[in-house]
Amino acid sequence: MKYLILIQSNEKSLEVWETLTSEQQMNFGRDHRRLTEEMQAAGVLVASEGLADPSLAKWVSVRDDKTIASDGPFAEVKEHLAGFYLVDVEDFEQAIAWAAKVPDAALNQVEVRPVLDMSGWDF
Amino acid sequence: MPQVLGAVVRRYGDFGTCEDAVQEALLAAAQRWPAEGVPENPRAWLITVASRRRIEMLRNEAARRRREDAVALEPAAGVAPAGDDSLTLLFLCCHPALTPSSQVALTLRAVGGLSTAEIARALLVPETAVGQRITRAKQRIRDSGARFVLPPEGERAERLNAVRKVLYLIFNEGYTASSGPALHRVELSAEAIRLTRQLRGWLPADGEVAGLLALMLLTDARRPARTRPDGALVPLAAQDRSRWDAAAIAEGVDLITATLATAPIGPYQLQAAIAAVHDEAADAAGTDWPQILQLYGLLRILAPGPMVTLNRIVAVAMVDGPATALAELDVAATDPALAGHYRVAAVRAHLLEMAGSPQAAREQYRLAARQTLSAPEQRYLESRALALRP
Repeated sequence: MKYLILIQSNEKSLEVWETLTSEQQMNFGRDHRRLTEEMQAAGVLVASEGLADPSLAKWVSVRDDKTIASDGPFAEVKEHLAGFYLVDVEDFEQAIAWAAKVPDAALNQVEVRPVLDMSGWDF
Repeated sequence: MPQVLGAVVRRYGDFGTCEDAVQEALLAAAQRWPAEGVPENPRAWLITVASRRRIEMLRNEAARRRREDAVALEPAAGVAPAGDDSLTLLFLCCHPALTPSSQVALTLRAVGGLSTAEIARALLVPETAVGQRITRAKQRIRDSGARFVLPPEGERAERLNAVRKVLYLIFNEGYTASSGPALHRVELSAEAIRLTRQLRGWLPADGEVAGLLALMLLTDARRPARTRPDGALVPLAAQDRSRWDAAAIAEGVDLITATLATAPIGPYQLQAAIAAVHDEAADAAGTDWPQILQLYGLLRILAPGPMVTLNRIVAVAMVDGPATALAELDVAATDPALAGHYRVAAVRAHLLEMAGSPQAAREQYRLAARQTLSAPEQRYLESRALALRP
């Protein structure tokens, strides 16, 4: 079963980030790369990415057949997605075990959500 | 392909590099037979070539060999592998040291003969993930010290249990991962049926294997009517039965009927019997619910579980009315195994709707929709809630 591990960036996580030394901040990225490799070697990784800053994002909508792509809202957003790991594992416990290895779990917390599948049930 | 693989593994005991040897033998055959003609005993030829190649590879890898006891056994004088080798291989793939998804991947690869890419596409995960799973699974089998022989008599029944479970898992993966028809995508439910037929060929006297095959046939028969073109799920009661696969139903019904008459009863047979009762009804109203209720009663004794409890309660509603069923559901819901299970809400919603309490039903449908992990079910539950909007 697939689970999405979400890493959010918010006021609190930024605060904690500021308390890290420069070396610790560098190790952070290295630890993410190592975890990705570990997941790959274990055969559980479906995808994992870090996302660019929201200021680089576009918001897309379609009205009257016209595509509108605009810059993000000017007001500060409280929280945004910073990165994710999508894993395919036996059960929730396993997903949690992997989430615990995400460096952000030690500094703050990460979210683990089950992914919907296409199973069905006749009764 | 499994016969050749089985023969090589039986002789040389190391699972890991055997597939490469087999592939090279097949490649050699493809290159040489058109020019030289097909040999008198093609299988023996393949086995000899694969064995020779295997020896070569062993020699080359000697320095890197991790396990000292991957020693070549003295090849037997004649070549006589039969279905036995494939069965042994299937047993090996379902070794208890492996996780269920590893058992699935390894079985599809080694017994089903699917490529890593095909398995990955069928399961909707990256090819590298499947490759790693299979590699690690083989390593675990090696580490467990398992040899290429049938499990000892005392363990055989339990291993056969595991094999049936893996085949049923593969069958259900066919539903779980399916996202409509896709080009070049192996249909896992068809693959599961094929492998189970093979298993039945090797173990024709096993009632539960027959029951499992019948269950798969009778369930898969309904597939054409199960989803609308837009992907929405159609519940059993609303399915267009003219789209059911009549041939598969006939085969499944014959099989379970014959099996029930001779074999000791088991859970797969009971589930198949229930499916047969559904599939034999010309329409939903013609369903023999009293018989289904009795069968669930037996299943509850033989193989109790949350799904059995809930499905039985639905049958109670059809026989004794929704009020009785709701009372039983309230009792059943106190069981910790069912606590928080979204299907409790789904069944409750269904029963409340039957009982003529649409608003209470709507609430339960919405609750269930939030708790389910199935996308098509979520859609179905939300559509039921919408239909009941005041």
